[in-house]
Amino acid sequence: MITTMSAVAATLTDMGEASTGEAILFWVFAPVMVVASLGLLLARKAVHAALSVITVMIALAFLYVAQDAPFLGVVQVVVYTGAIMMLFLFVLMLVGVDSSDSLVETIKGQRGVAVVGGLGLVAVLAGVVVTATPKVPEGLDVANGSTKDSTNPEELAAIIFGHYAFSLEVVGALLVTAALGALVLTHRERLVPKRDQKARVEARVKALAEGGTLTPLSAPGVYARHNAMDVPALGPDGEPLEVSVNRVLKVRGQEADADEYAARVDRVLAGGWAHGELEAAEPDTDGDDDTSEEADQ
Amino acid sequence: MNLMNYLVLSTILFSVGATTVLVRRNAIIAFMGVEMMLNATNLALVTFARINGNLHGQVLAFFVMVVAAAEVVVGLAIIVAIYRTRRSASIDDVNLLKDVRDPA
Repeated sequence: MITTMSAVAATLTDMGEASTGEAILFWVFAPVMVVASLGLLLARKAVHAALSVITVMIALAFLYVAQDAPFLGVVQVVVYTGAIMMLFLFVLMLVGVDSSDSLVETIKGQRGVAVVGGLGLVAVLAGVVVTATPKVPEGLDVANGSTKDSTNPEELAAIIFGHYAFSLEVVGALLVTAALGALVLTHRERLVPKRDQKARVEARVKALAEGGTLTPLSAPGVYARHNAMDVPALGPDGEPLEVSVNRVLKVRGQEADADEYAARVDRVLAGGWAHGELEAAEPDTDGDDDTSEEADQ
Repeated sequence: MNLMNYLVLSTILFSVGATTVLVRRNAIIAFMGVEMMLNATNLALVTFARINGNLHGQVLAFFVMVVAAAEVVVGLAIIVAIYRTRRSASIDDVNLLKDVRDPA
């Protein structure tokens, strides 16, 4: 795509005018970019503003490629939209997407002055550009290496690693410093020691003396003997475990009566295992008498 | 089409970015305005490179991109650090250096 776009857009006429294809590309993208940039200025939500900026940056990448700068077009997409704007979005999520703008002016009339200043800036800069008498554009065919069968990235590399080699080193140092700076700035000193597994075990063993347990509290008897979790589980000795019912249910007075279950257990322990007694005490209500009768015989 | 159109577009983007920095109170949005200004200058630099027929403008745009990346990393880290201590991403809330005495 890049090569075809370059082929469409690259050549300039003798008067230094861009080709019709490039003009169409420009007039399609330029309004989109201006509208999107206004989106940054006017959008209430920060995420919408970020999306507007991403639109502008991708459109810029197209314009770079059209302007004989395919390397910068790719770098624009990779670095700006791929890295920088994603970083912005991450920070937006970190800081809170709904951290909306306050509309209170701390300096009175500042917003109006700023808008007037912005319009004035457009007027001045565009005025300078429009009234300037530039030389006839030369185009980048030769500089991009069309005469010696090389390409834009190769020619750029020759300049960056030749003429600007020292600047490149400095920029590398800058990047390393920036990465370290970000690490230092976002580093948080730990105020209390980390509570690791060993510390938790020791705390539990210590709490054993004051009536704590080593194991987690047992679950209520939902699955074992009932279909609601207000029923206490039975311990290994058959006694209902009060701790197995949720504390909140007890506070609300919604737990099942543990005494009732304790009474049943007592009855069983008192010799209620005999078949007839059990049936007399709890008559089979589901109408399925076949099995018990067979058991009797 | 005259190449000056690119420069006019660049000035418009630059001005909108500058206005954003001045108007918006959310630190992240203001920061995006700075990015927009840098991008606008990059467009101008690429256009200048094409007008002058050599690649030094593109190299300069490349360096601008690298510096912008470094700047974003540190800037966002500062915003996050301020947010952690003050629970706010608003520029107006960063006023510890403000003189709060009665102006009388």
